[in-house]
Amino acid sequence: MFAYIIRRIAYAIPILIGVNILTFYLFFVVNSPDDMARLHLGMKHVTPEAIEKWKASHGYDKPLLLNKQAEGVEQLTDTIFFEKSVRLFAFDFGYSDDGRDISYDISQRMLPSLAIAIPALIIGLMVNITFAMLMAFFRGTYVDVSGVILCVVLMSISGMFYIIGGQYLLAKVFRLMPISGFAAGIDTIKFIILPVLIGVVSGIGSGSRWYRTFFLEEAGKDYIRTARAKGLSESLVLFRHILRNALIPIVTGVVVILPLLFMGSLLTESFFSIPGLGSYTIDAINKQDFAVVRAMVFLGTVLYIVGLILVDITYTIVDPRVRLS
Amino acid sequence: MIMPVILWTDALVFLLTLVVVVFVFYARSKPHIRAPWQRVFRGRVAAASAVVLLAFVLVGLLDSLHFRLPLEGNGHNGEIHYSVDVLSVFDVLVGPLRSQEEKTYSAPFATHLFAKESVEHADGSKTREFPPLAHAGRHLQKSSTVKHVDILQRSLASLFEALLTGALMLWLLSGVLARRAARSTRDMLREILLQRTVIPWRTILATLTLLLLLVFLSINLASVYHVLGTDKVGQDVYYLSLKSIRTGLLIGTLTTLVMLPFAIFMGIVAGYARGWIDDVVQYIYTTLNSIPHVLLIAASILMLQVYIANHPELFETTVERSDIRLLFLCIILGITSWTGLCRLLRGESLKLREAEYIQAAVSFGVAHTRIITRHILPNVMHIVLITVVLDFSGLVLAEAVLSYVGVGVDPTMNSWGNMINGARLEMAREPVVWWSLLSAFLFMFTLVLAANLFSDAVRDAFDPRTRER
Amino acid sequence: METMKQPLLRLENVSVQLGHGDNAIRPVDGVSLTIQRGETFALLGESGCGKSMTALSILRLLPQPVGRITAGNVWLGDEELTALAESDMRRIRGRRISMIFQEPMTSLNPVLTVGDQIAEVLKQHHRMKGRVAADRVLELLDAVGIPDARRRAGEYPHQLSGGMKQRIMIAIALAGEPDLLIADEPTTALDVTIQAQVLELLQKLQQETRMAIMLITHDLGIVAGMADRVAIMYAGQLVEEASRDRFFSNAQHPYSRKLFESLPDVRKRDQALATIPGTVPSLNQEFSGCRFAERCAAGWDYCATHVPAWHAAGEDQATRCHRADPALDKPAISARVDGDKDHAARQLPASGNLLDVTDLKVHFPIHKGVFRHVTGHVFAVDGVSLQIPRGSTLALVGESGCGKTTVGKGILQLIRPTAGSVRFDDIELTQLAGEALRKRRSDFQFIFQDPYSSMNPRMMVGDIVEEGMAAQGIGNNKIERRARVDQLFEQVGLSAEHTQRYPHEFSGGQRQRICIARALAVDPQLVICDEPTSALDVSVQAQILNLLKELQNTLGLSYLFITHNLSVVSYLADRVAVMYLGRIVEEGPVARVLEDPQHPYTRALLSAVPDIEPDSGREVIRLAGDLPSPSSPPTGCHFHPRCPQAMPQCAQAYPDNFGAPGHPVRCFLYS
Repeated sequence: MFAYIIRRIAYAIPILIGVNILTFYLFFVVNSPDDMARLHLGMKHVTPEAIEKWKASHGYDKPLLLNKQAEGVEQLTDTIFFEKSVRLFAFDFGYSDDGRDISYDISQRMLPSLAIAIPALIIGLMVNITFAMLMAFFRGTYVDVSGVILCVVLMSISGMFYIIGGQYLLAKVFRLMPISGFAAGIDTIKFIILPVLIGVVSGIGSGSRWYRTFFLEEAGKDYIRTARAKGLSESLVLFRHILRNALIPIVTGVVVILPLLFMGSLLTESFFSIPGLGSYTIDAINKQDFAVVRAMVFLGTVLYIVGLILVDITYTIVDPRVRLS
Repeated sequence: MIMPVILWTDALVFLLTLVVVVFVFYARSKPHIRAPWQRVFRGRVAAASAVVLLAFVLVGLLDSLHFRLPLEGNGHNGEIHYSVDVLSVFDVLVGPLRSQEEKTYSAPFATHLFAKESVEHADGSKTREFPPLAHAGRHLQKSSTVKHVDILQRSLASLFEALLTGALMLWLLSGVLARRAARSTRDMLREILLQRTVIPWRTILATLTLLLLLVFLSINLASVYHVLGTDKVGQDVYYLSLKSIRTGLLIGTLTTLVMLPFAIFMGIVAGYARGWIDDVVQYIYTTLNSIPHVLLIAASILMLQVYIANHPELFETTVERSDIRLLFLCIILGITSWTGLCRLLRGESLKLREAEYIQAAVSFGVAHTRIITRHILPNVMHIVLITVVLDFSGLVLAEAVLSYVGVGVDPTMNSWGNMINGARLEMAREPVVWWSLLSAFLFMFTLVLAANLFSDAVRDAFDPRTRER
Repeated sequence: METMKQPLLRLENVSVQLGHGDNAIRPVDGVSLTIQRGETFALLGESGCGKSMTALSILRLLPQPVGRITAGNVWLGDEELTALAESDMRRIRGRRISMIFQEPMTSLNPVLTVGDQIAEVLKQHHRMKGRVAADRVLELLDAVGIPDARRRAGEYPHQLSGGMKQRIMIAIALAGEPDLLIADEPTTALDVTIQAQVLELLQKLQQETRMAIMLITHDLGIVAGMADRVAIMYAGQLVEEASRDRFFSNAQHPYSRKLFESLPDVRKRDQALATIPGTVPSLNQEFSGCRFAERCAAGWDYCATHVPAWHAAGEDQATRCHRADPALDKPAISARVDGDKDHAARQLPASGNLLDVTDLKVHFPIHKGVFRHVTGHVFAVDGVSLQIPRGSTLALVGESGCGKTTVGKGILQLIRPTAGSVRFDDIELTQLAGEALRKRRSDFQFIFQDPYSSMNPRMMVGDIVEEGMAAQGIGNNKIERRARVDQLFEQVGLSAEHTQRYPHEFSGGQRQRICIARALAVDPQLVICDEPTSALDVSVQAQILNLLKELQNTLGLSYLFITHNLSVVSYLADRVAVMYLGRIVEEGPVARVLEDPQHPYTRALLSAVPDIEPDSGREVIRLAGDLPSPSSPPTGCHFHPRCPQAMPQCAQAYPDNFGAPGHPVRCFLYS
């Protein structure tokens, strides 16, 4: 097991290198630093001197991949690629275009993101499993059929509609909670209720329909027939035999996205003005701040890979077939 | 003479249409392809969804026939100059909807603007009042009809026209079916009305009649009112929503078209060849998958923006520019979404290469290319199809989100995402400007719901696992 | 009140329907039977005849939501089960009637320990908990012969072998102390030596607990060894019921007789096996005559128009056949109406070996650790040598996992051997590669076990057969090839118009014929048949065996026949090689090996095969434990840990060949 995890981590390194080369290519080869400087400076200041100055002040005045003027190792390290990409491996994200420390910003914005994402995930999981089990329990009946149709309708609605509709109805018409914003301390609760609620509701359709297929798949297995032949009650069959097995794909499906919760939700955070990493990303995109976007790409990749490794570990915990073979 | 304009996306749309038509003809001779499709269309929900989808597709196709009108008063030496406005056949068909612009917001069916303006009267006094609209409700001033009565009259007329056309279609259909089955038209009519036919014609006709009702309502009402109001710059929201259909469909279909060759080729080859080829393919899709998709799209679109900004000479019209951006968006969405299908196909091919019929082919010395094309490909096509239809609705919804984030289609392009993006800030106004948002959501919801229902039926018909249930 | 006379279970006219509307089928149609306390009642029938549905309907466990009981009563003592509420049914299931299923691999919950799964029944029906329940679980595990019960109780199903899982299923069934145990093909998924263990266990438990057993099976041999009474099912109905002795000495229904006649046997070597023409009628129709009439050699026109009633045919016997109706005038049975013809005289085999395999090894590496380095090997085939003379048949016999299929694929280079030589017609196949190998492939062909998965479902069968010819460049153009395909279809007993259909339109037997036609299309000299009949019913198996034998006689083919079925071997093969854990332990002429087996494993294997001669007085040699893993075979003789005659030297070294000339045996007993 330990060897397996080591191998997975080792396997992650070429992936991270690949991601870095890809983003580097997107940012610096297709768009040369000159292009970037022109874009940032706007049309009026575009003189060669101004471009050089901008490049020097933002660290883009070096060669892309290989510095022929430098000596020894510096040939490789004194380049844009090394400065901007390789340092990411040490989680040294550098400074954003407006001069802020990206690592500091990320650490500050992580908590608000999690304050929304974790409650939404946990409540959503419970709600979805409950609905899915209800539909599976009444499989083939009117309850199940109408439940599935309701799910399809719910998942056909745009996520933005849930947000805008929720804000309008609950916050503006009924004035139950603030429309948007965020505060630290005990006030947090006031601000996160609505985003969490909307996060849960917008996920019900696809979530419970998806989980329902897990339950139905298990319900058709031979060992469920064995359980019935033992004389167990239908609820015992559902909770003890079906749920136990259906939880394996559900739990591993949750674990893989667990690390990505740090990244926050783009839509929710931006609509509710939550100072999390999601809105940070959107701001960076809108300001065309490549340094921040690149940092977020790297962070997201790392978290995704962590998720994959966590899934493998989770399997060995929840599934005896994997644990013991 | 008009100048036809074939945008990149238009070309691809027509290529796709051609592929679908060819496939339909091919599938007619193959019972194992025909049978599941027949199962799909036997379901009432699926049949109704298909009709709705086809209506969307029709609008999208009409909106993909582009051209430019010649400018009047052309230059000297017989040279014709063309307008920079690129129009589509759809624009011509809906005529006044496009041109009847107001100053700014107006509510659905309103006769006056939404905001007060200073109006100078003939006597020199100034008051703040709601000025009347330039193009809506003008006919009311000439006659003495009240607005509500007028709307009701026109609606009833539309309903009558729709029912009449529906009845005509029913009669025609029973005639055609009766001739094919060599029975009397009366018999066939009864079969259809009692829903005894194998294909649920009654449901299909009912859906068609409903759609016709919408068409007649548009003809009768939208020509004299802004049925869904106008937006900030006074454009008719109904027109904008209709124009956005093409964008939504393109995102949903072209993305798939772009990614399919990669996904199919790499997935099957990786699973069939195994070894280092498999390792490379797995590495590629794990790498692509591990980058947060929104960020990859954002990075690529930002890159494209810089490129366009630096090379303005390549694009003659704004439409061409936004078209390139749309195509690029499809490509980049395709790159981020092929990995899932590729992984599925790799797994299936790994399984299939051990299947006894493949082993049998190997033991006859059948060539690898033939094994892949004759044995593996046909047996994974159901996975491809299910993925394509399931992805469609997700992509339509994603367009709105991406446009909101600012990395979707070009801001000048008509799309539901841009409509939502432009209108959401107005939710803070008192009273609320709700119609732009609601129509965008409504159109999107209809398309996605129809697609979801249809794809469910397709999956049930093609997935061997669900078929047993 | 229970009297001695009252039967334990009584089914009265039970009918089951699956599905609704026009496509609804009635897999069980008016079945009546009674089971007495303590007896073993066998329900015998071929696949799809409705025997499992009958069993499931007793417990009301029909597949939901499609299946339901449409008519009839099920009496358990004084209780009518079809009228019980679902909650009352639960005190019957697992308590009064228990059931074990065909697939022990999938019938246990993978995420619960086996101890928990047994204790569940104890809690449900006997309110046992904690220590008491745990102790009872251990007792039950002991009772079903699980060694080291305390450790095993804490294990999960995937850690156990197939035979052990079926023992666990039996322990679960016993936990409720039922009056009736329904065993639905309990040993079909198991190897023959394990099958012998499980059947013996069931007999032992029955003697101890006096429970009745309803044994559902397709195997006449198992019925002969186990049953007190037998009922034969065909197309949803019982066609005959009798005591075991009456049934085996004097079966009445034509269908029952055909079943006996179609069994392959050494005594029938020179004749064609009896077959039943046609297929089982589909069960979605109303029948106006006898369901077997179309396929019956003893029927006459009356049978097609009159539904036969249930007639007594002597003591302890009854049958559903017009021939047993004393009130009818019956025409004489015309002899051999179905046109079974005896085989043409076998061509004398030409001299010399067609295939000569020496020391063939196929090892699969096992990767472990950070860098996936090879830490061991699965020794699937570990030094196999065999020869096949032209025009003869060598049978390769062994239990699942012994490597016999890998030998076949290794010879054909479908799996590349690790070492050894395969000389085919004096060409070394292991040295061939690429185009050279591709061109030779027409000389040797493979027929797969499962006719359902060995044809591409999306190609027409004519194209499937033609594909191999095209790849081998046989025939100058498509027209010539199509003509040859038509001719091949006739040759295997199908017609040319069948070529334009898809595989799913054919029955299992027809599909296997098409697979044979496909192999023949490239004019092979050697055909490797990998259990070609194990997925088929006995009567269909007879058709395929007849065809294979006829083809050998007319075309002079050589067969390597891979199987676990020894009666097929005795009927078809010239020589037989017995394989155990990657190696051949004994090889010789069929008559000598089967009648006078030398190796202890061969003896055990032969003794474990259920025999249709009741009370033949043969002692089953019981083998301890399961087949060891081929990745870590035991030291010395691979068989010694299970061998009843093992000696100290057996653990030291692998025995050389100590047999007589022409009959090698690798066992120290003969050193």
